Amino acid sequence: MSEELLTVFTWLTPAGPLLTFFVIILLFNRFKTLSWVLAWLGILSSWIFGWTVAFNIIGDFFENYEHLVENPTVVASSIAWIPAGTFQQWLRIGVAADALTAIMLIMVPFVTTGIFVYSVGYLRWGEGRGVNPVKGKPNHDGIDPLFSRFFAFMSLFAGAMLLLVVADDLLLLFIGWELMGLCSYLLIGFWYARTYDNPEATPPRKAAVKAFLTTRIGDVFMLLGIVFFYRVFGTLTFTDAFTAESLENAVNLIGVGLIAVMVLLLFAGTVGKSAQWPLHVWLPEAMEGPTPVSAVIHAAAMVSAGVYLMLRLFPLVAVAIDTVPQAGIIIGGIGAFTAFMAATIAVTQNDVKRVLAYSTISQLGYMIAAIGVGAYIAAAFHLITHAFFKSTLFLGSGSIIHGMEHGAEHVHDHHTDPQDMTNMGGLRKKMPFTFWTFLIAGFALSGFPIITAGFWSKDEILAETWFEGGQGEVLAFIIFWALVIGAFLTAFYTMRQISMVFLGNSRTKLAEHAQESNRFMVVPLVALAFFAVTLGWGGIPEDFPIFGPILKENFFHEFVGTTVEATLEELAELGVISGGIEAIPTNNFPLIASITVALSGLFLGWWVYGRKSLETGQQDPLVRPLGPLYTFLFHKWWWDELYQKVIIQPTKTFSRKVVYELVDKGIIDGTLHLIGRSVFRLGYYMKRFEEVVITGGVDWLKDQVLSLAQEFRTIQTGRIQEYILVSVLIGWALIVVVLLINSGVLDGILN
Amino acid sequence: MIPLWWYLVVAALLFCIGLYGVMARRNAVAILMAVELMLNAVNINLIAFWRYTDPADTTGMAWAIFVLAVAAAEAAVGLALIISIYRSRDSVVAEELDTLKY
Repeated sequence: MSEELLTVFTWLTPAGPLLTFFVIILLFNRFKTLSWVLAWLGILSSWIFGWTVAFNIIGDFFENYEHLVENPTVVASSIAWIPAGTFQQWLRIGVAADALTAIMLIMVPFVTTGIFVYSVGYLRWGEGRGVNPVKGKPNHDGIDPLFSRFFAFMSLFAGAMLLLVVADDLLLLFIGWELMGLCSYLLIGFWYARTYDNPEATPPRKAAVKAFLTTRIGDVFMLLGIVFFYRVFGTLTFTDAFTAESLENAVNLIGVGLIAVMVLLLFAGTVGKSAQWPLHVWLPEAMEGPTPVSAVIHAAAMVSAGVYLMLRLFPLVAVAIDTVPQAGIIIGGIGAFTAFMAATIAVTQNDVKRVLAYSTISQLGYMIAAIGVGAYIAAAFHLITHAFFKSTLFLGSGSIIHGMEHGAEHVHDHHTDPQDMTNMGGLRKKMPFTFWTFLIAGFALSGFPIITAGFWSKDEILAETWFEGGQGEVLAFIIFWALVIGAFLTAFYTMRQISMVFLGNSRTKLAEHAQESNRFMVVPLVALAFFAVTLGWGGIPEDFPIFGPILKENFFHEFVGTTVEATLEELAELGVISGGIEAIPTNNFPLIASITVALSGLFLGWWVYGRKSLETGQQDPLVRPLGPLYTFLFHKWWWDELYQKVIIQPTKTFSRKVVYELVDKGIIDGTLHLIGRSVFRLGYYMKRFEEVVITGGVDWLKDQVLSLAQEFRTIQTGRIQEYILVSVLIGWALIVVVLLINSGVLDGILN
Repeated sequence: MIPLWWYLVVAALLFCIGLYGVMARRNAVAILMAVELMLNAVNINLIAFWRYTDPADTTGMAWAIFVLAVAAAEAAVGLALIISIYRSRDSVVAEELDTLKY
């Protein structure tokens, strides 16, 4: 396909959903069916354009590999953003497509389309209006009253993510980034009128604000990073900034230390968006949104955006972590710590969606850790496979909740929590499609050996960190072990979840009367689960026994590697960094570790929770052996409480005591009161002045006028004839004067 | 090229919509939004005149950015005031906020 057409297609990829948003909001807000049809058409257009671009690049890869390595950016097009005066080209925005864009363009539209299809069923299209629907509350027996709005927001979300993916500069990327922040706020708070009896629970309204504010902290640092970037490179365009010469110039200009600072500033954006410690607290509460939203946030968009940013900036990141070890320590350390911490929390959670939320945080930690040790491709690979299996898991959990709510309607029980796994059990027979897809995706998440995608991507991250550890980097070694323990916990909590939800006996009436969800929800589940398994086969290492030789080459590795390979090699030749990216030799140790922890975790999870079904109201079997540690984990390491005590409460106290009472009440109000009192005083003196001087003066004047009048009143005699006489005399006098003037007698006198 | 008066017509329409909003809406937030519309209409004029008369100079742009910044500050203060009013009077309907009459 011609390059011009590809360029147009790249520009058009995000256009469909973005346009759909405006069309639905402005024109078709009242027409629910039309809204979802439009949203589908919008995302389908993205799908077609995105996949055309992506498969063209894959075609280039197979046809002319060398050429793609030399020219990784197949499409690059930009326009001047705000040309001003003599600065016509100072900021450009544009799109570009390379191998990394291509794999994202395959993943994002596909997963999003699946979620869009699912949403139609999830918001109960075609189930009538229902009894007494309330706007902003979930409707249990009919279509959601804000159905159109939901699809408008989802379209905007998808469009923003695609915009971010095709962006060739930090500016356009940041626009997509912030649009997603807005959409996550709008969609997490979609059921804004929902309230809970439990004062501990966070209502969607508050969760939305929390998500927005928490990610905002990262965004502020990121904006600083962008400004710094512009200052150093003189451009925000990736294709211009990330040439070997430009990077070398930047290093010579400000030194590697400041490059590392720049990377860490930009990384702060990733920490916020991808929910890494210490800004991870928003993600579990983002579960308050409708489940398709959770799937979008956790799989296709939002959190992927953070990792994608790091991948996009990888040439810069590579310079930083290669030359300044501390940068790698911070990035990798945060990732590994998050991966470990979130996995431990997930083990103790009972809400079916919260387990998955912590699982997402943990898996994102794997990607960030991989970037921290320079494993670019492993991070990208895990990002893609994770998107597929995690979206399947989320949509599956939504299906479970729907089934449980169906049970709740059936037995008229609206007090039992349909999301609590301790209320479930035995759903395997009742929801077969959900069960099998959940099982497949759960195994992929656990890294079940050989067949699932999660195994290959996670194994690659472990192998890379192990390899780096073998190079004598102690930190990579610690990261490796943190990730291995995390992988064990992942398998354990996944099996715990599957056992608690699907196996054993039904523990409540809700679970007994649960029912499989409608076909809108089942079809995407099956489609996504299929890829949750097969996608991993694209990234099997070449020298892996049996499978490697069959596939001949590690497609994913080679393909995504083209994005940065040439640049990094040139940088290595220039001596800026020590080496490019190369395929690491297969080592049996991380492989065996990975297989062992996955299988033992799954087995232990089954042994504790699945072997013998939990009874109704039975305590979690881990409570007694773990003791206080369980409480610690159950309360999520007390992070929220810590932030409350250390940051939020002091801020509130500061606001009240210092800003409100001292500054506002004391200084500002005090000044105003002082002015007020001064003016009042002044007014008092002016009043005295008026009383004495003005009133006195006027009174005097009045008296004078009065006495004068007394004198003159005597001319008013009251006799009519006298008045007539005076009138006649005046009349005559006037006539005489007029005649004299007219006759010219007075000319001499007047002149 | 699109003639200048097209922009002016759009700006005038936008201004009228804003003016209508300011006078006709009861909700104070909506009134504030309408004020923003009017400011943006002014911005369109500024940018249009700048582009068509003296594009080599950045005065029009600078002014527009000035207006944007002021509008942002105004919105921040205005919304804070509205929230404060809502807290004390449970209403943001403009015509009910008439304590200062007579």
